[in-house]
Amino acid sequence: MLEIKGLHVSVAGTEILRGIDLSVRAGEVHAIMGPNGSGKSTLAQVLAGHPAYTVTAGTARYEGKDLLAMKPEERAREGLFLAFQYPVEIRGITNSYFLRSAVNAIRKHRGQEELDPLDFLQVLEDKLKAIGWDDTLMNRPVNEGFSGGEKKRNEILQLAVLEPRLALLDETDSGLDIDALKTVAHAVNKLRAPDRAFVIVTHYQRLLNFITPDVVHVLADGRIVKSGGPDLAHELEAKGYDWLRAGAMVS
Amino acid sequence: MVAVERYVEAYRAFAANGASGAPAWLRDLRDGGIARFGELGFPTTKQEAWRFTSVTPIIATVFELAHPASRVPTLEAIAPFLFGDGPRLVFIDGCFSPALSWATGLPAGTRVESLAAALTTDPAPIREHLGKYAGFTDRPFAALNTAFVRDGAFVYVPAKVTIAEPIQLLFLAMPPVGGARPVAHPRNLIVIEREARATVVEIYGALGEGVYWTNAVTELAAGDGARADYYRVQRESDRAYHVGVTDVHQGRDTTVNVHAVSLGGALARHDLRGTLAGPGGYLILNGLYVLGGDQHADHHTAIDHAAPHCESHEYFNGVLAGRSRGIFNGRIIVRPGAQKTDSKQTNNNLLLSGEAHADSQPQLEIYADDVKCTHGSTVGPLDPKAMFYLRSRGLDETEARRLLTYGFAAEILNRMDVAPLRAQLDGIVRARLAE
Repeated sequence: MLEIKGLHVSVAGTEILRGIDLSVRAGEVHAIMGPNGSGKSTLAQVLAGHPAYTVTAGTARYEGKDLLAMKPEERAREGLFLAFQYPVEIRGITNSYFLRSAVNAIRKHRGQEELDPLDFLQVLEDKLKAIGWDDTLMNRPVNEGFSGGEKKRNEILQLAVLEPRLALLDETDSGLDIDALKTVAHAVNKLRAPDRAFVIVTHYQRLLNFITPDVVHVLADGRIVKSGGPDLAHELEAKGYDWLRAGAMVS
Repeated sequence: MVAVERYVEAYRAFAANGASGAPAWLRDLRDGGIARFGELGFPTTKQEAWRFTSVTPIIATVFELAHPASRVPTLEAIAPFLFGDGPRLVFIDGCFSPALSWATGLPAGTRVESLAAALTTDPAPIREHLGKYAGFTDRPFAALNTAFVRDGAFVYVPAKVTIAEPIQLLFLAMPPVGGARPVAHPRNLIVIEREARATVVEIYGALGEGVYWTNAVTELAAGDGARADYYRVQRESDRAYHVGVTDVHQGRDTTVNVHAVSLGGALARHDLRGTLAGPGGYLILNGLYVLGGDQHADHHTAIDHAAPHCESHEYFNGVLAGRSRGIFNGRIIVRPGAQKTDSKQTNNNLLLSGEAHADSQPQLEIYADDVKCTHGSTVGPLDPKAMFYLRSRGLDETEARRLLTYGFAAEILNRMDVAPLRAQLDGIVRARLAE
């Protein structure tokens, strides 16, 4: 589904990613861990098409297509989704209006009929029911005045409604208390599917107590320095990142 | 002839003819108005309150007092400005049009009539309130309007009466005939007595293109415990000049929601003042200006906290395209003794082109120590973070820009309770943004 080879990325002249190789297959959940400043969030943002980053070398193919040549909206329409670390407030636009606009943009791309407000409400209710949430956030302006937990929940709700094939979660766990973390993790687990892959970027292992990944990667200084099974996350929790960092420099 | 002289001359003719039958107190009020206008003259950009707005085009144009309408538009023609079948007063070129108006079935004692007619039936409440709030000592256009007080809307809601349906006041300009440059001075008085409730919607619009000038004044008095929802929509012709003064006066424990939308006019100026004269007052000023082309709109607002324990919230958003210019000046005055005042002001301006320009000036004057006053203002293009967020959800650049821009306007429109009016304005704003 996602095939990244030798990816180098700079922002404002500084190289952040220095040769990333990553392969994600449908149905898999990959966790990308690493210390602050290792480039985890950059990787997520680059894959979503953030214009601030420049790809200086390497390739990223998504379902056989050249991902890096696509505009952000084309990536979204083709089924890629990024849950933002810092979701943005949109004044004057309710969550439900925003979500319907997004759903219809994607439906239009697929040649499907656009949903009117009533049809959309039905879709929304079904999705909410599926992940066990209520609709209290829907009639408020997007992320405006939301608590940290509400913003993160809102990202997952968008994920549920937009039904991406590849979901990138950028530090979705940061700033969440344990109850909010469980709520979000529970919803993500419900959304796991054979034709859907997840890439979960996180600094801490605690989210992975509730979402069991298939593969764990450690990113340090712009490179993946180690990959392993779910146990690697526990090892990192116990030992920290420094031992890997030193190793990376030696190699 | 110097412009000011021209108006003084026109006043002499006006006072000698159509206005000569007025009661002495009204003639005195008018005389005071023209005398003050003669002293003040037109404002210049050297005056602080007019620093960003030159009225030279108004001075340079020879306007003539609009005549009582000889042409009456059809109901069909005015329909786009109306919503619902509530009571309404329609004025064509500043003069009341009985054929297009109706206000029947209202609770006893309620008056929804033209000011000219009301003066002949029972002028007592008019005499009590007219000119009491829209002071003109330092406001030349209010002084000029006062000199030419003849017609406008008079809304009177007696104590403890609730009028559920919005009362519509519609001021329409007919396309000027030949080279005529008409000026109208609509004068409105809205009195919501003690514990009464009413919604009044005042709309200015045009039935064609043309150069004309509207110089309007509205006074709204809310008695103790009253609630008033007042909407003011300015949809003048793109070549028109619009100068408006609105003064709201609130008694004890009143709630007043003011919604001011400015969409039209080549040059528009609105001075909006709310005075919280009794404790426990609550005031919302909710304003929107959407400008394009070479439009220029200047909003000067003032909230005067003259009594303790009052709360005011002010939200003004501007969306500016083309070479348009928007000015917002928001004054908040907290008088000595107005303790426990809670006042918040925000003004956000969205610039859609490199040539659009916005000035935002908060002005806080606080003379009490136990108060909460905050203000914030922004001027800038669309937030690139928000653009990326929307694009990452599948909206293309055009759609994302349109949605964000619409949100700027919708934030203000969403505070409006009169759903059909909100829908009407929503449609106008969407059409405007799609251009």
